[in-house]
Amino acid sequence: MNARLLLVAVIGSWLALWLWPVRIALESDMAVHMTVQLPLLIGIGVLLASGVRPHEPRWLGDADWLGIPGIVAVVLGTSFWMLPRALDGAVADPWMDAAKFLSLPLLVGLPLGLCWRRMPPLGRAFIWANFIPKLGAIGGLYLAAPTRLCTYYRLDQQAAAGWTLIVLAVLLGMLSFIVAFVGWPARGLRQLSPAAPSLRFPRPSVGNP
Amino acid sequence: MMTRGFLPLLAIVAATGIAALAWETEGFRVVTSAGARQLSIERAPRLLPDVRLVDQDGHAFSLSSYKGRPVLVAFIYTRCPTLCGMLGDDFHGVLQPMNGAGAGAPIDLLSISFDPQNDDREALQLYGDRYGAKAPRWRIATLADGRGLAALKQSFGVVVIPDGLGGFIHNSAVYLVDARGRLARILDPDSPPQLFADALQASTP
Repeated sequence: MNARLLLVAVIGSWLALWLWPVRIALESDMAVHMTVQLPLLIGIGVLLASGVRPHEPRWLGDADWLGIPGIVAVVLGTSFWMLPRALDGAVADPWMDAAKFLSLPLLVGLPLGLCWRRMPPLGRAFIWANFIPKLGAIGGLYLAAPTRLCTYYRLDQQAAAGWTLIVLAVLLGMLSFIVAFVGWPARGLRQLSPAAPSLRFPRPSVGNP
Repeated sequence: MMTRGFLPLLAIVAATGIAALAWETEGFRVVTSAGARQLSIERAPRLLPDVRLVDQDGHAFSLSSYKGRPVLVAFIYTRCPTLCGMLGDDFHGVLQPMNGAGAGAPIDLLSISFDPQNDDREALQLYGDRYGAKAPRWRIATLADGRGLAALKQSFGVVVIPDGLGGFIHNSAVYLVDARGRLARILDPDSPPQLFADALQASTP
């Protein structure tokens, strides 16, 4: 796709998510807030990264050695927005919501998009292997909590969010299992023929260029 | 080989992220907004708006009339099937030992309905009878003219959301208003009754 067109589309959807009715709709339910709006905002940053990458200053690419500072930003940023207080704050306080709309794309999605290619394959596998069980564990906690953790969400919404996270963790776990052992499904199917051994990571040709 | 600028960038990212997390969790002590509020009230008690209330006997009074003695406050609505019952039991438990001994410091309890539309005097009376509440020791009250509800909820940090079944979901807590009329502590409604009585005692001048 045309780079400029992509940029316009990305920024357009960013603004669209901020529009009042859309924002209210996505934030009125805890599960939707956590598993739709937050990932969309991160996704916007990741897409932005593809536009930024050709113009990325050299010093930044150098300083982001093996993608380590980038992925540390991602881990800390997602941890911040995963706590119940942050979700509550985003619903109750427009400034906190604005902080979420800026920080998730710019301080989580963008670094993720830029650092991911610099990370060694085992580093990526490490991140996935940590992220997926964490998702399931948080889902389990939400499901088991006898009281509401968010002031603005009902207990049944909290339980639904818990189930959603668990289902997501199971699906991602299965997908990552297939990817780790076979390769990406489409590629893997092609490679299932005995002539083409498939024992390799999805993107083996990475590291610092 | 480690590259130039790697360590400074990593340090900036890690320090900023950890500082943000520390700010969010009040120094890694709370993860919920309710917990954060509890802490901030204990650090700095908060002035409350003076609102006109009317109790189960139809007697009108203002929140400031409690000045000079601490009072435990809970927010309820009388049709509430769950939490408000627990809050009622809480207050009932606070009064229990007093009734037995007949002595001890006077205890003031105030249950405020945030649903003045539906909670008329009769409804307040029924709720009070369920838990043996007698005014003025334990008042079941609501706003006299419906005004000031938003300010009252805001100052106590009470958030009420519809439950989709015609009722409400609300955060449940027992609030200690001190003798100077300030919100001084937010107590967990799961606490044993003795804890509420002790908090009240500690706050009595």
